[in-house]
Amino acid sequence: MSADLFEFLCRMGDNTLILGHRVSEWCGHSPVLEEDIALANTALDLIGQTQLWLGLAGEVEGQGRSADDLAFLRDAWDFRNVLLVELPNGDFGQTLMRQFLFDAWQELMLGALKESSDARVAEIAEKASKEVAYHVERSGDTVIGLGDGTEESHQRMQAALDYLYPYVGEMFESDAVDAAMAKAGIAPDPASLRDAYDARLAQVMAEATLSIPDDRFAHAGGRTGRMHTEHLGHILSTMQWLQRAYPGATW
Amino acid sequence: MYAQMIKTAGTGVKSRDDMTPEEAAFQDRIDADIKIEPKDWMPDDYRATLIRQIGQHAHSEIVGQLPEGNWITRAPTLERKAILLAKVQDEAGHGLYLYCAAETLGISRDELTEDLLSGKMKYSSIFNYPTLNWADIGAVGWLVDGAAIMNQVPLQRTSYGPYSRAMIRICKEESFHQRQGYDIMMKMAQGTEAQKKMAQDALNRFWYPSLMMFGPSDKESVHSAQSMAWKIKIDSNDELRQRFVDQTVPQAEYLGLTIPDENLKWNEEKGGYDFSEPDWTEFFNVLKGKGPCNTERMNARVQAWEDGKWVRDGLLAHARKRAARKVAAE
Ligand SMILES: [Fe+2]
Ligand SMILES: [Fe+2]
Ligand SMILES: [Fe+2]
Repeated sequence: MSADLFEFLCRMGDNTLILGHRVSEWCGHSPVLEEDIALANTALDLIGQTQLWLGLAGEVEGQGRSADDLAFLRDAWDFRNVLLVELPNGDFGQTLMRQFLFDAWQELMLGALKESSDARVAEIAEKASKEVAYHVERSGDTVIGLGDGTEESHQRMQAALDYLYPYVGEMFESDAVDAAMAKAGIAPDPASLRDAYDARLAQVMAEATLSIPDDRFAHAGGRTGRMHTEHLGHILSTMQWLQRAYPGATW
Repeated sequence: MYAQMIKTAGTGVKSRDDMTPEEAAFQDRIDADIKIEPKDWMPDDYRATLIRQIGQHAHSEIVGQLPEGNWITRAPTLERKAILLAKVQDEAGHGLYLYCAAETLGISRDELTEDLLSGKMKYSSIFNYPTLNWADIGAVGWLVDGAAIMNQVPLQRTSYGPYSRAMIRICKEESFHQRQGYDIMMKMAQGTEAQKKMAQDALNRFWYPSLMMFGPSDKESVHSAQSMAWKIKIDSNDELRQRFVDQTVPQAEYLGLTIPDENLKWNEEKGGYDFSEPDWTEFFNVLKGKGPCNTERMNARVQAWEDGKWVRDGLLAHARKRAARKVAAE
Protein backbone atom coordinates (compact mmCIF):
# COMPACT_ATOMS: atom_id res chain seq x y z
CA MET A 1 0.00 0.00 0.00
CA SER A 2 2.61 2.59 0.98
CA ALA A 3 4.50 2.00 -2.29
CA ASP A 4 1.31 2.66 -4.23
CA LEU A 5 0.50 5.69 -2.12
CA PHE A 6 4.00 7.02 -2.65
CA GLU A 7 3.56 6.56 -6.38
CA PHE A 8 0.22 8.33 -6.34
CA LEU A 9 1.59 11.27 -4.33
CA CYS A 10 4.52 11.63 -6.72
CA ARG A 11 2.06 11.80 -9.60
CA MET A 12 0.21 14.62 -7.89
CA GLY A 13 3.34 16.49 -6.83
CA ASP A 14 5.25 16.05 -10.06
CA ASN A 15 2.34 17.45 -12.05
CA THR A 16 2.30 20.61 -10.00
CA LEU A 17 6.09 20.86 -9.87
CA ILE A 18 6.63 20.60 -13.59
CA LEU A 19 3.68 22.78 -14.53
CA GLY A 20 4.74 25.35 -11.92
CA HIS A 21 8.17 25.38 -13.51
CA ARG A 22 6.74 25.92 -16.98
CA VAL A 23 4.41 28.69 -15.88
CA SER A 24 7.21 30.45 -14.02
CA GLU A 25 9.14 30.70 -17.28
CA TRP A 26 6.73 33.50 -18.27
CA CYS A 27 7.87 35.75 -15.49
CA GLY A 28 8.33 39.26 -16.85
CA HIS A 29 7.41 38.30 -20.41
CA SER A 30 3.60 38.29 -20.38
CA PRO A 31 1.40 40.19 -22.82
CA VAL A 32 0.06 42.45 -20.09
CA LEU A 33 0.99 43.25 -16.51
CA GLU A 34 -2.08 41.62 -14.99
CA GLU A 35 -1.02 38.36 -16.66
CA ASP A 36 2.48 38.60 -15.24
CA ILE A 37 0.88 38.82 -11.83
CA ALA A 38 -1.63 36.04 -12.47
CA LEU A 39 0.92 33.65 -13.96
CA ALA A 40 3.38 34.23 -11.12
CA ASN A 41 0.53 33.63 -8.71
CA THR A 42 -0.46 30.40 -10.43
CA ALA A 43 3.13 29.17 -10.43
CA LEU A 44 3.42 30.07 -6.77
CA ASP A 45 0.29 28.09 -5.89
CA LEU A 46 1.56 25.12 -7.87
CA ILE A 47 4.93 25.15 -6.15
CA GLY A 48 3.18 25.41 -2.78
CA GLN A 49 1.07 22.38 -3.65
CA THR A 50 4.22 20.55 -4.71
CA GLN A 51 5.72 21.11 -1.28
CA LEU A 52 2.67 19.48 0.27
CA TRP A 53 2.35 16.53 -2.11
CA LEU A 54 6.02 15.69 -2.27
CA GLY A 55 6.45 16.38 1.43
CA LEU A 56 3.80 13.78 2.16
CA ALA A 57 5.31 11.44 -0.44
CA GLY A 58 8.64 11.54 1.39
CA GLU A 59 6.90 10.94 4.70
CA VAL A 60 4.97 7.97 3.32
CA GLU A 61 8.10 6.52 1.76
CA GLY A 62 9.80 6.67 5.14
CA GLN A 63 13.37 6.87 3.88
CA GLY A 64 14.02 10.38 5.05
CA ARG A 65 13.64 12.05 1.68
CA SER A 66 12.26 15.59 1.79
CA ALA A 67 10.14 17.30 -0.84
CA ASP A 68 13.32 19.01 -2.02
CA ASP A 69 15.16 15.71 -2.31
CA LEU A 70 12.36 14.36 -4.47
CA ALA A 71 12.16 17.48 -6.62
CA PHE A 72 15.84 18.09 -7.11
CA LEU A 73 17.55 14.73 -6.85
CA ARG A 74 15.50 12.31 -8.92
CA ASP A 75 16.24 11.71 -12.57
CA ALA A 76 13.68 11.84 -15.37
CA TRP A 77 12.73 8.16 -15.13
CA ASP A 78 11.48 8.67 -11.58
CA PHE A 79 9.18 11.55 -12.51
CA ARG A 80 5.48 10.72 -12.62
CA ASN A 81 3.88 13.82 -14.12
CA VAL A 82 1.60 13.59 -17.13
CA LEU A 83 3.21 14.56 -20.43
CA LEU A 84 0.85 17.52 -20.84
CA VAL A 85 2.58 19.59 -18.16
CA GLU A 86 6.08 19.18 -19.55
CA LEU A 87 5.19 20.43 -23.03
CA PRO A 88 6.74 23.77 -23.94
CA ASN A 89 4.89 27.02 -23.27
CA GLY A 90 4.58 27.95 -26.94
CA ASP A 91 2.71 31.23 -27.28
CA PHE A 92 0.55 32.67 -24.53
CA GLY A 93 -2.50 30.93 -26.00
CA GLN A 94 -0.87 27.52 -25.83
CA THR A 95 0.19 28.16 -22.24
CA LEU A 96 -3.32 29.13 -21.19
CA MET A 97 -4.91 26.26 -23.12
CA ARG A 98 -2.55 23.80 -21.39
CA GLN A 99 -3.41 25.45 -18.10
CA PHE A 100 -7.13 25.10 -18.66
CA LEU A 101 -6.87 21.47 -19.76
CA PHE A 102 -4.92 20.72 -16.61
CA ASP A 103 -6.93 22.95 -14.24
CA ALA A 104 -10.22 21.37 -15.29
CA TRP A 105 -8.81 17.92 -14.50
CA GLN A 106 -7.19 19.06 -11.27
CA GLU A 107 -10.39 20.65 -10.04
CA LEU A 108 -12.29 17.38 -10.45
CA MET A 109 -9.48 15.33 -8.96
CA LEU A 110 -9.12 17.56 -5.91
CA GLY A 111 -12.87 17.66 -5.48
CA ALA A 112 -12.83 13.89 -5.12
CA LEU A 113 -9.68 13.89 -2.97
CA LYS A 114 -11.37 16.12 -0.41
CA GLU A 115 -13.33 12.98 0.48
CA SER A 116 -10.19 10.84 0.69
CA SER A 117 -10.03 8.19 3.40
CA ASP A 118 -6.51 9.45 4.09
CA ALA A 119 -6.89 12.60 6.18
CA ARG A 120 -3.53 13.98 5.06
CA VAL A 121 -4.55 13.71 1.40
CA ALA A 122 -7.95 15.25 2.13
CA GLU A 123 -6.30 18.14 3.92
CA ILE A 124 -3.99 18.98 1.01
CA ALA A 125 -6.90 18.68 -1.42
CA GLU A 126 -8.97 21.02 0.70
CA LYS A 127 -6.33 23.70 0.62
CA ALA A 128 -5.33 23.24 -3.03
CA SER A 129 -8.88 23.15 -4.35
CA LYS A 130 -9.46 26.72 -3.20
CA GLU A 131 -6.52 27.83 -5.32
CA VAL A 132 -7.48 25.68 -8.26
CA ALA A 133 -11.06 26.99 -8.31
CA TYR A 134 -9.54 30.35 -9.10
CA HIS A 135 -7.05 28.95 -11.64
CA VAL A 136 -9.71 27.16 -13.67
CA GLU A 137 -12.00 30.13 -13.70
CA ARG A 138 -9.24 32.35 -14.98
CA SER A 139 -7.79 29.94 -17.54
CA GLY A 140 -11.30 29.05 -18.76
CA ASP A 141 -12.22 32.70 -19.18
CA THR A 142 -9.02 33.39 -21.06
CA VAL A 143 -9.55 30.43 -23.39
CA ILE A 144 -13.07 31.72 -24.09
CA GLY A 145 -11.90 35.30 -24.55
CA LEU A 146 -9.14 34.39 -26.97
CA GLY A 147 -11.11 31.69 -28.80
CA ASP A 148 -13.98 34.09 -29.35
CA GLY A 149 -11.73 37.11 -29.90
CA THR A 150 -10.17 38.12 -33.21
CA GLU A 151 -9.62 35.90 -36.23
CA GLU A 152 -5.96 35.58 -35.28
CA SER A 153 -6.57 34.76 -31.64
CA HIS A 154 -9.21 32.21 -32.65
CA GLN A 155 -6.80 30.47 -35.01
CA ARG A 156 -4.03 30.40 -32.45
CA MET A 157 -6.32 28.91 -29.81
CA GLN A 158 -7.59 26.26 -32.19
CA ALA A 159 -4.00 25.38 -33.05
CA ALA A 160 -3.20 25.14 -29.33
CA LEU A 161 -6.15 22.84 -28.69
CA ASP A 162 -5.26 20.65 -31.67
CA TYR A 163 -1.69 20.34 -30.44
CA LEU A 164 -2.55 19.67 -26.80
CA TYR A 165 -5.65 17.52 -27.05
CA PRO A 166 -3.71 14.29 -27.66
CA TYR A 167 -2.20 14.80 -24.20
CA VAL A 168 -5.55 15.01 -22.40
CA GLY A 169 -6.32 11.29 -22.31
CA GLU A 170 -3.35 10.40 -20.13
CA MET A 171 -4.90 12.24 -17.18
CA PHE A 172 -7.72 9.67 -17.15
CA GLU A 173 -5.68 6.51 -17.51
CA SER A 174 -6.01 3.91 -14.79
CA ASP A 175 -3.46 1.36 -13.73
CA ALA A 176 -2.77 -0.90 -10.76
CA VAL A 177 -1.74 2.06 -8.59
CA ASP A 178 -5.05 3.77 -9.29
CA ALA A 179 -6.94 0.58 -8.58
CA ALA A 180 -5.21 0.27 -5.21
CA MET A 181 -5.96 3.92 -4.39
CA ALA A 182 -9.59 3.54 -5.37
CA LYS A 183 -9.96 0.34 -3.40
CA ALA A 184 -8.57 2.01 -0.28
CA GLY A 185 -10.81 5.03 -0.79
CA ILE A 186 -7.79 7.29 -0.99
CA ALA A 187 -8.31 8.58 -4.53
CA PRO A 188 -10.85 8.15 -7.30
CA ASP A 189 -10.27 6.02 -10.36
CA PRO A 190 -9.16 8.75 -12.85
CA ALA A 191 -11.33 7.19 -15.55
CA SER A 192 -14.38 7.99 -13.44
CA LEU A 193 -13.69 11.72 -13.86
CA ARG A 194 -13.72 11.70 -17.63
CA ASP A 195 -17.42 12.33 -18.27
CA ALA A 196 -17.56 15.39 -16.05
CA TYR A 197 -14.36 16.63 -17.67
CA ASP A 198 -15.70 16.16 -21.17
CA ALA A 199 -18.83 18.06 -20.25
CA ARG A 200 -16.79 20.95 -18.86
CA LEU A 201 -14.54 20.95 -21.91
CA ALA A 202 -17.49 20.90 -24.30
CA GLN A 203 -19.11 23.83 -22.55
CA VAL A 204 -15.98 26.01 -22.46
CA MET A 205 -14.89 25.18 -26.01
CA ALA A 206 -18.38 25.90 -27.32
CA GLU A 207 -18.27 29.33 -25.71
CA ALA A 208 -14.78 29.77 -27.09
CA THR A 209 -16.08 28.77 -30.56
CA LEU A 210 -13.35 26.12 -30.75
CA SER A 211 -13.77 22.56 -32.02
CA ILE A 212 -12.59 19.65 -29.95
CA PRO A 213 -10.75 17.16 -32.17
CA ASP A 214 -12.66 13.93 -32.88
CA ASP A 215 -9.61 11.75 -32.52
CA ARG A 216 -9.33 10.58 -28.91
CA PHE A 217 -5.84 9.16 -29.36
CA ALA A 218 -3.75 9.81 -26.25
CA HIS A 219 0.00 10.03 -25.77
CA ALA A 220 0.96 8.48 -22.48
CA GLY A 221 3.87 7.30 -20.40
CA GLY A 222 4.55 10.22 -18.08
CA ARG A 223 2.44 9.22 -15.09
CA THR A 224 3.76 5.66 -15.15
CA GLY A 225 7.31 6.74 -15.89
CA ARG A 226 7.43 4.50 -18.92
CA MET A 227 8.38 7.28 -21.30
CA HIS A 228 8.56 11.06 -20.97
CA THR A 229 9.00 13.65 -23.73
CA GLU A 230 12.44 14.99 -24.56
CA HIS A 231 11.46 18.21 -22.84
CA LEU A 232 11.58 16.86 -19.30
CA GLY A 233 15.34 16.35 -19.26
CA HIS A 234 15.87 20.00 -20.13
CA ILE A 235 13.49 21.16 -17.44
CA LEU A 236 15.35 19.06 -14.88
CA SER A 237 18.77 20.16 -15.99
CA THR A 238 17.74 23.75 -15.33
CA MET A 239 15.73 23.12 -12.20
CA GLN A 240 18.16 20.77 -10.51
CA TRP A 241 21.37 22.42 -11.55
CA LEU A 242 22.41 24.06 -8.28
CA GLN A 243 21.56 21.04 -6.17
CA ARG A 244 23.46 18.77 -8.52
CA ALA A 245 26.49 21.04 -8.93
CA TYR A 246 26.89 21.69 -5.19
CA PRO A 247 25.76 18.52 -3.45
CA GLY A 248 25.03 18.76 0.24
CA ALA A 249 24.95 22.55 0.41
CA THR A 250 22.20 24.30 2.38
CA TRP A 251 20.42 27.11 0.60
CA MET B 1 16.08 54.48 -5.70
CA TYR B 2 14.06 53.57 -8.72
CA ALA B 3 13.65 57.13 -9.91
CA GLN B 4 17.02 58.54 -10.92
CA MET B 5 17.99 61.82 -12.50
CA ILE B 6 14.40 62.93 -12.86
CA LYS B 7 14.52 66.23 -14.67
CA THR B 8 12.21 68.59 -12.85
CA ALA B 9 10.03 70.54 -15.24
CA GLY B 10 10.11 74.33 -15.00
CA THR B 11 12.79 76.87 -14.30
CA GLY B 12 13.46 76.27 -10.65
CA VAL B 13 11.92 77.42 -7.40
CA LYS B 14 9.89 80.58 -7.74
CA SER B 15 10.01 83.21 -5.07
CA ARG B 16 6.73 84.00 -3.36
CA ASP B 17 6.60 87.29 -5.23
CA ASP B 18 6.78 85.54 -8.59
CA MET B 19 4.01 83.06 -7.85
CA THR B 20 0.49 83.51 -9.14
CA PRO B 21 -2.17 83.38 -6.41
CA GLU B 22 -2.98 79.79 -7.46
CA GLU B 23 0.66 78.76 -7.23
CA ALA B 24 1.01 80.41 -3.84
CA ALA B 25 -2.08 78.66 -2.52
CA PHE B 26 -0.74 75.36 -3.90
CA GLN B 27 2.62 75.86 -2.21
CA ASP B 28 0.87 76.77 1.05
CA ARG B 29 -0.96 73.44 1.01
CA ILE B 30 2.26 71.57 0.42
CA ASP B 31 4.03 73.48 3.18
CA ALA B 32 1.16 72.60 5.51
CA ASP B 33 1.53 68.90 4.56
CA ILE B 34 -1.92 68.73 3.01
CA LYS B 35 -1.96 66.11 0.25
CA ILE B 36 -2.62 67.14 -3.34
CA GLU B 37 -5.34 64.99 -4.88
CA PRO B 38 -5.99 64.29 -8.58
CA LYS B 39 -8.88 66.76 -8.90
CA ASP B 40 -6.99 69.59 -7.20
CA TRP B 41 -5.39 72.34 -9.20
CA MET B 42 -1.66 71.82 -9.67
CA PRO B 43 1.06 73.53 -11.70
CA ASP B 44 1.71 71.90 -15.07
CA ASP B 45 5.35 71.42 -14.15
CA TYR B 46 4.43 69.60 -10.95
CA ARG B 47 2.22 67.27 -12.95
CA ALA B 48 4.84 66.70 -15.66
CA THR B 49 7.59 66.01 -13.14
CA LEU B 50 5.46 63.58 -11.19
CA ILE B 51 4.55 61.69 -14.36
CA ARG B 52 8.24 61.29 -15.16
CA GLN B 53 9.09 60.20 -11.65
CA ILE B 54 6.20 57.80 -11.05
CA GLY B 55 6.48 56.46 -14.59
CA GLN B 56 10.17 55.74 -14.20
CA HIS B 57 9.52 54.09 -10.89
CA ALA B 58 6.78 51.92 -12.42
CA HIS B 59 8.99 50.93 -15.36
CA SER B 60 11.74 49.97 -12.91
CA GLU B 61 9.42 47.58 -11.09
CA ILE B 62 8.49 45.95 -14.39
CA VAL B 63 11.98 45.67 -15.85
CA GLY B 64 13.17 44.64 -12.39
CA GLN B 65 11.27 41.37 -12.81
CA LEU B 66 13.78 40.27 -15.42
CA PRO B 67 17.04 39.90 -13.48
CA GLU B 68 15.24 38.04 -10.71
CA GLY B 69 13.07 36.06 -13.09
CA ASN B 70 16.36 34.85 -14.51
CA TRP B 71 16.76 32.59 -11.45
CA ILE B 72 13.23 31.39 -10.73
CA THR B 73 13.61 28.22 -12.77
CA ARG B 74 16.98 27.56 -11.12
CA ALA B 75 16.11 28.36 -7.50
CA PRO B 76 17.82 25.73 -5.35
CA THR B 77 14.86 24.67 -3.15
CA LEU B 78 11.09 24.72 -3.43
CA GLU B 79 10.94 27.20 -0.58
CA ARG B 80 13.36 29.60 -2.28
CA LYS B 81 11.49 29.22 -5.54
CA ALA B 82 8.20 30.08 -3.84
CA ILE B 83 9.68 33.09 -2.05
CA LEU B 84 11.24 34.39 -5.25
CA LEU B 85 8.00 33.92 -7.19
CA ALA B 86 6.12 35.81 -4.49
CA LYS B 87 8.66 38.61 -4.62
CA VAL B 88 8.60 38.97 -8.38
CA GLN B 89 4.82 38.91 -8.28
CA ASP B 90 4.95 41.75 -5.74
CA GLU B 91 7.19 43.76 -8.04
CA ALA B 92 4.70 43.43 -10.88
CA GLY B 93 2.01 44.52 -8.42
CA HIS B 94 4.11 47.57 -7.51
CA GLY B 95 4.29 48.42 -11.17
CA LEU B 96 0.53 48.20 -11.32
CA TYR B 97 -0.07 50.51 -8.30
CA LEU B 98 2.35 53.03 -9.73
CA TYR B 99 0.86 53.02 -13.23
CA CYS B 100 -2.50 53.57 -11.57
CA ALA B 101 -1.08 56.49 -9.59
CA ALA B 102 0.34 57.94 -12.82
CA GLU B 103 -3.03 57.53 -14.54
CA THR B 104 -4.60 59.89 -12.01
CA LEU B 105 -2.34 62.55 -13.54
CA GLY B 106 -3.87 62.03 -16.97
CA ILE B 107 -1.51 59.61 -18.71
CA SER B 108 -2.46 56.04 -19.61
CA ARG B 109 -0.45 52.93 -18.88
CA ASP B 110 -0.21 52.22 -22.61
CA GLU B 111 1.24 55.66 -23.27
CA LEU B 112 3.82 55.17 -20.55
CA THR B 113 4.65 51.72 -21.91
CA GLU B 114 5.17 53.12 -25.40
CA ASP B 115 7.53 55.72 -23.94
CA LEU B 116 9.51 53.03 -22.17
CA LEU B 117 9.77 50.88 -25.27
CA SER B 118 10.77 53.77 -27.51
CA GLY B 119 13.53 54.66 -25.04
CA LYS B 120 11.98 58.04 -24.24
CA MET B 121 11.50 57.05 -20.62
CA LYS B 122 14.06 55.25 -18.47
CA TYR B 123 14.10 52.71 -15.68
CA SER B 124 16.59 52.40 -12.86
CA SER B 125 20.16 51.76 -14.00
CA ILE B 126 20.48 48.86 -11.55
CA PHE B 127 18.40 46.50 -13.66
CA ASN B 128 20.92 46.68 -16.47
CA TYR B 129 23.28 44.53 -14.44
CA PRO B 130 23.16 40.75 -14.78
CA THR B 131 22.34 38.16 -12.11
CA LEU B 132 25.11 35.59 -12.57
CA ASN B 133 25.04 33.34 -9.54
CA TRP B 134 22.38 32.42 -6.99
CA ALA B 135 23.79 34.79 -4.38
CA ASP B 136 22.93 37.63 -6.76
CA ILE B 137 19.31 37.00 -5.85
CA GLY B 138 20.31 37.52 -2.24
CA ALA B 139 22.29 40.62 -3.12
CA VAL B 140 19.42 42.10 -5.11
CA GLY B 141 17.03 41.73 -2.19
CA TRP B 142 19.52 42.94 0.37
CA LEU B 143 21.11 45.81 -1.55
CA VAL B 144 18.74 46.77 -4.36
CA ASP B 145 15.51 46.50 -2.42
CA GLY B 146 17.41 47.95 0.52
CA ALA B 147 18.38 51.02 -1.50
CA ALA B 148 14.84 51.28 -2.85
CA ILE B 149 13.46 51.30 0.68
CA MET B 150 15.90 54.03 1.66
CA ASN B 151 14.35 56.21 -1.00
CA GLN B 152 10.77 55.12 -0.69
CA VAL B 153 10.27 55.36 3.05
CA PRO B 154 10.55 59.16 2.96
CA LEU B 155 8.39 59.23 -0.18
CA GLN B 156 5.50 57.88 1.86
CA ARG B 157 5.22 61.52 2.96
CA THR B 158 5.30 62.90 -0.57
CA SER B 159 2.81 65.64 -1.41
CA TYR B 160 0.85 63.83 -4.09
CA GLY B 161 -1.83 61.69 -2.43
CA PRO B 162 -2.01 58.71 -4.83
CA TYR B 163 1.79 58.48 -4.99
CA SER B 164 2.10 58.64 -1.23
CA ARG B 165 -0.50 55.90 -0.77
CA ALA B 166 1.19 53.69 -3.38
CA MET B 167 4.47 54.15 -1.51
CA ILE B 168 2.92 53.13 1.79
CA ARG B 169 1.64 49.88 0.30
CA ILE B 170 4.89 49.21 -1.52
CA CYS B 171 7.15 49.86 1.46
CA LYS B 172 5.46 47.15 3.51
CA GLU B 173 6.36 44.58 0.86
CA GLU B 174 9.83 45.93 0.18
CA SER B 175 10.97 45.28 3.71
CA PHE B 176 9.99 41.62 3.29
CA HIS B 177 12.01 41.59 0.06
CA GLN B 178 15.05 42.96 1.78
CA ARG B 179 14.80 40.44 4.61
CA GLN B 180 14.53 37.46 2.28
CA GLY B 181 17.54 38.76 0.33
CA TYR B 182 19.58 39.08 3.48
CA ASP B 183 18.46 35.63 4.55
CA ILE B 184 19.81 34.16 1.29
CA MET B 185 23.09 35.98 1.90
CA MET B 186 23.27 34.55 5.43
CA LYS B 187 22.85 31.01 4.18
CA MET B 188 25.47 31.57 1.49
CA ALA B 189 27.95 33.30 3.77
CA GLN B 190 27.67 30.49 6.32
CA GLY B 191 27.72 27.81 3.65
CA THR B 192 30.39 25.91 1.76
CA GLU B 193 33.48 27.57 0.31
CA ALA B 194 31.76 27.73 -3.07
CA GLN B 195 28.73 29.45 -1.56
CA LYS B 196 30.91 32.00 0.25
CA LYS B 197 32.63 32.69 -3.02
CA MET B 198 29.26 33.26 -4.70
CA ALA B 199 28.21 35.64 -1.92
CA GLN B 200 31.39 37.70 -2.13
CA ASP B 201 31.23 37.74 -5.92
CA ALA B 202 27.65 39.03 -5.78
CA LEU B 203 28.58 41.78 -3.34
CA ASN B 204 31.58 42.77 -5.45
CA ARG B 205 29.43 43.22 -8.51
CA PHE B 206 26.37 44.82 -6.89
CA TRP B 207 27.99 47.23 -4.44
CA TYR B 208 28.77 50.15 -6.72
CA PRO B 209 25.72 49.76 -8.95
CA SER B 210 23.65 49.91 -5.73
CA LEU B 211 25.34 53.16 -4.73
CA MET B 212 24.56 54.50 -8.21
CA MET B 213 20.87 53.90 -7.61
CA PHE B 214 20.70 57.16 -5.66
CA GLY B 215 21.99 59.14 -8.63
CA PRO B 216 24.92 61.54 -8.72
CA SER B 217 25.38 64.26 -6.16
CA ASP B 218 22.58 66.77 -6.58
CA LYS B 219 23.85 69.45 -4.21
CA GLU B 220 23.93 72.17 -6.80
CA SER B 221 20.93 71.18 -8.86
CA VAL B 222 18.19 73.79 -9.15
CA HIS B 223 15.88 71.04 -10.36
CA SER B 224 16.21 69.14 -7.11
CA ALA B 225 15.44 72.27 -5.16
CA GLN B 226 12.11 72.62 -6.96
CA SER B 227 11.24 68.94 -6.48
CA MET B 228 12.08 69.29 -2.81
CA ALA B 229 9.92 72.39 -2.46
CA TRP B 230 7.09 70.37 -3.99
CA LYS B 231 7.90 67.46 -1.65
CA ILE B 232 8.21 64.96 -4.42
CA LYS B 233 11.83 64.57 -3.48
CA ILE B 234 12.45 64.48 0.23
CA ASP B 235 16.17 63.93 0.80
CA SER B 236 19.19 64.67 -1.32
CA ASN B 237 20.88 61.86 -3.23
CA ASP B 238 23.97 62.16 -1.08
CA GLU B 239 22.03 61.98 2.17
CA LEU B 240 20.29 58.82 1.04
CA ARG B 241 23.51 57.24 -0.18
CA GLN B 242 25.25 57.98 3.11
CA ARG B 243 22.35 56.48 5.05
CA PHE B 244 22.46 53.39 2.85
CA VAL B 245 26.20 52.89 3.35
CA ASP B 246 25.91 53.41 7.09
CA GLN B 247 23.17 50.83 7.32
CA THR B 248 24.77 48.29 5.00
CA VAL B 249 28.38 48.18 6.19
CA PRO B 250 27.59 46.55 9.56
CA GLN B 251 25.31 44.07 7.79
CA ALA B 252 28.14 43.07 5.47
CA GLU B 253 30.45 42.73 8.47
CA TYR B 254 27.93 40.48 10.17
CA LEU B 255 27.90 38.30 7.07
CA GLY B 256 31.68 38.18 7.07
CA LEU B 257 31.81 39.68 3.60
CA THR B 258 34.13 42.41 2.42
CA ILE B 259 32.79 45.56 0.83
CA PRO B 260 34.93 46.16 -2.26
CA ASP B 261 36.17 49.58 -1.19
CA GLU B 262 39.64 50.15 0.24
CA ASN B 263 38.70 53.64 1.32
CA LEU B 264 35.79 52.55 3.43
CA LYS B 265 36.40 53.89 6.93
CA TRP B 266 34.32 54.99 9.90
CA ASN B 267 34.48 58.75 10.33
CA GLU B 268 33.89 59.55 13.97
CA GLU B 269 33.47 63.23 13.32
CA LYS B 270 30.60 62.95 10.87
CA GLY B 271 29.20 59.85 12.53
CA GLY B 272 29.16 57.92 9.29
CA TYR B 273 31.41 56.04 6.91
CA ASP B 274 33.71 57.57 4.34
CA PHE B 275 33.51 55.62 1.12
CA SER B 276 34.52 55.73 -2.53
CA GLU B 277 32.22 57.20 -5.11
CA PRO B 278 31.03 54.81 -7.78
CA ASP B 279 32.38 55.26 -11.29
CA TRP B 280 30.04 57.92 -12.64
CA THR B 281 31.30 57.44 -16.18
CA GLU B 282 29.99 53.90 -16.02
CA PHE B 283 26.71 55.21 -14.61
CA PHE B 284 26.19 57.65 -17.48
CA ASN B 285 27.12 54.94 -19.95
CA VAL B 286 24.45 52.68 -18.48
CA LEU B 287 21.89 55.47 -18.75
CA LYS B 288 22.87 55.91 -22.39
CA GLY B 289 22.13 52.25 -23.05
CA LYS B 290 25.65 50.91 -22.65
CA GLY B 291 25.20 48.81 -19.53
CA PRO B 292 25.84 45.07 -19.59
CA CYS B 293 22.16 44.18 -20.06
CA ASN B 294 20.41 47.24 -21.52
CA THR B 295 19.89 45.60 -24.88
CA GLU B 296 18.58 42.35 -23.41
CA ARG B 297 16.23 44.11 -21.02
CA MET B 298 14.74 46.33 -23.69
CA ASN B 299 14.52 43.48 -26.20
CA ALA B 300 12.70 41.36 -23.64
CA ARG B 301 10.16 44.10 -22.92
CA VAL B 302 9.66 44.96 -26.60
CA GLN B 303 9.21 41.30 -27.46
CA ALA B 304 6.73 40.73 -24.64
CA TRP B 305 4.73 43.72 -25.85
CA GLU B 306 4.81 42.77 -29.52
CA ASP B 307 4.20 39.05 -28.96
CA GLY B 308 1.36 39.95 -26.65
CA LYS B 309 -0.45 42.18 -29.11
CA TRP B 310 -2.69 39.45 -30.46
CA VAL B 311 -3.65 38.53 -26.90
CA ARG B 312 -4.57 42.08 -25.94
CA ASP B 313 -6.44 42.54 -29.23
CA GLY B 314 -8.21 39.21 -28.83
CA LEU B 315 -9.40 39.89 -25.29
CA LEU B 316 -10.54 43.37 -26.25
CA ALA B 317 -12.46 42.07 -29.26
CA HIS B 318 -14.13 39.50 -27.06
CA ALA B 319 -15.12 42.07 -24.47
CA ARG B 320 -16.70 44.19 -27.22
CA LYS B 321 -18.59 41.22 -28.66
CA ARG B 322 -19.91 40.33 -25.26
CA ALA B 323 -21.02 43.87 -24.57
CA ALA B 324 -22.76 43.99 -27.98
CA ARG B 325 -24.51 40.68 -27.34
CA LYS B 326 -25.69 41.94 -23.98
CA VAL B 327 -27.14 45.07 -25.55
CA ALA B 328 -28.79 43.00 -28.30
CA ALA B 329 -30.35 40.74 -25.68
CA GLU B 330 -31.86 43.61 -23.75
FE1 LIG C 1 9.08 46.92 -5.77
FE1 LIG D 1 12.27 46.17 -6.20
FE1 LIG E 1 11.10 44.74 -3.99
